[in-house]
Amino acid sequence: MTPEMLSLSNSPGIFIGIMLVKLIVVFAVVMLSVAYATWCERKVIGHMQTRLGPMRTGWHGLLQPFADGIKLFFKEDFIPAQASKVPYLLAPMMILVPALITVAVIPFGPDITLFGFQIPQQISDLNIGVLYILAFAGLGIYGIVLAGWASNSKYALLGGVRATAQMISYELAAGLTIIAVFMLSETLSLRGIVALQQQDLWGVCSFVPNWYVFTQPLAFCLFVVTGLAEINRTPFDMPEAESELVSGFCTEYSSMKYALFFMAEYANMIVIAAITATLFLGGWSAPLNIAIFTMIPGFVWLLLKVYSLMFFFMWLRATFPRVRYDQLMQLGWKVMLPLALANVVITGLVVVILQ
Amino acid sequence: MEIIFFYLVALIVVISGILVVRCQSPVNSALALVNTFFCLAIYYVMLRAPFMAAVQIMVYAGAIMVLILFVIMLLNLGTEAKKRYTQGIVWSSLASLLLLVNVVYFLKRGQVTDSVGDITAYTVQSFGHTELIGKALFTEFLLPFEIASILLLVAIVGAVVLAKKDV
Repeated sequence: MTPEMLSLSNSPGIFIGIMLVKLIVVFAVVMLSVAYATWCERKVIGHMQTRLGPMRTGWHGLLQPFADGIKLFFKEDFIPAQASKVPYLLAPMMILVPALITVAVIPFGPDITLFGFQIPQQISDLNIGVLYILAFAGLGIYGIVLAGWASNSKYALLGGVRATAQMISYELAAGLTIIAVFMLSETLSLRGIVALQQQDLWGVCSFVPNWYVFTQPLAFCLFVVTGLAEINRTPFDMPEAESELVSGFCTEYSSMKYALFFMAEYANMIVIAAITATLFLGGWSAPLNIAIFTMIPGFVWLLLKVYSLMFFFMWLRATFPRVRYDQLMQLGWKVMLPLALANVVITGLVVVILQ
Repeated sequence: MEIIFFYLVALIVVISGILVVRCQSPVNSALALVNTFFCLAIYYVMLRAPFMAAVQIMVYAGAIMVLILFVIMLLNLGTEAKKRYTQGIVWSSLASLLLLVNVVYFLKRGQVTDSVGDITAYTVQSFGHTELIGKALFTEFLLPFEIASILLLVAIVGAVVLAKKDV
């Protein structure tokens, strides 16, 4: 007999306790990853450019994130005189919160049995998981737009305007690539999508799992590129563009407010990597259906995939120059969108033929 | 439990609704409107219509309001000069009072019935709300759905024609 799924109705005490533990653990892992992603990025790019990166604080600069944190914490918190106060204060929060909230639907392991209940290793299994991610990605724009507008500075405003146009254009393509995935999965729940990816590849190859990157290679590439554009990473970091706009939308920010923007950038990176891993790379499932691999717990695989993708993003930053703004728009509307649409049509055709 | 949550969100919706009208700066008004849309999405979730909630956030709070904010930013509308509208106050308050009486009367007259038709709370929970909407859109309501998409296409083409100087 399989145990009952734990819910608020059958055991409120245990449910709230377990939920709190899950929330705190996931939050801690994400925040630690954010802190060390900053260190890692400086190290990786440093070594790629034959520099050493941070070396002074701790062994090979390992304490650098804490030093940075303390430094930013003790800086003067400055608000420009001409800024609109409320949007100026709201903007850093409105960019960080949507990024962190999205982590709630990422599954990080199979169900476990504890206290006689079945407990999913996921904060919340929404049956609209993918749409939830898209919805909150859409809300993430406000932080940048408001920061740009409220600072009352022309560089910040230009950054904000660029960010809006860029994110609206690329959100469409990102949404369309995901549609191709759930045409195959026939479910919007991320738990269901991961479960489907654990089956045999195309029903024949027994030890290779059915990851959607094999069936949807084009969608995978498109999603990574549009994801990068959506979180404003190089080569699409037009809203920040140090060489033209000083620091873009966060020019006028200082102290912890600036730190929040910085954290949001890395939190977004983690989220995009986690979503890509869950939708295309099998989530927490092992890369090969062999006993040695499947013995390793799911969260290790998920973290490995997330960190590899993040390394890839850093590698891209060290490799590519920033694209020009008109090139960015051309790429978004004339290449990405038609390709994503074509992918949806082809996937639909193949699904209908194979039925 | 749920009723407390309902009133809490209702309070926020009403306050942000008032802020939409009362705010001096148009950007703050737009922000309050985003908050109102977001809280409406919470109500969709409470009515067990998660798909509607996601679409509400994606389309209204995420896309349309961003565009409105974009336009406000580009036009650079400052805080408007305070004007006193004394003439309209009597008529507008009379009209809104009438509307209130109307709404309360019909709410009181109506009777709460259980859901009508095949779709009950049980089918929504077991079958999934998204699937039900998808099925209905592509079978029963296919023609209106297609007509709506053609309408949108016409609007897009029209916008491009208007915006371009020489087509």
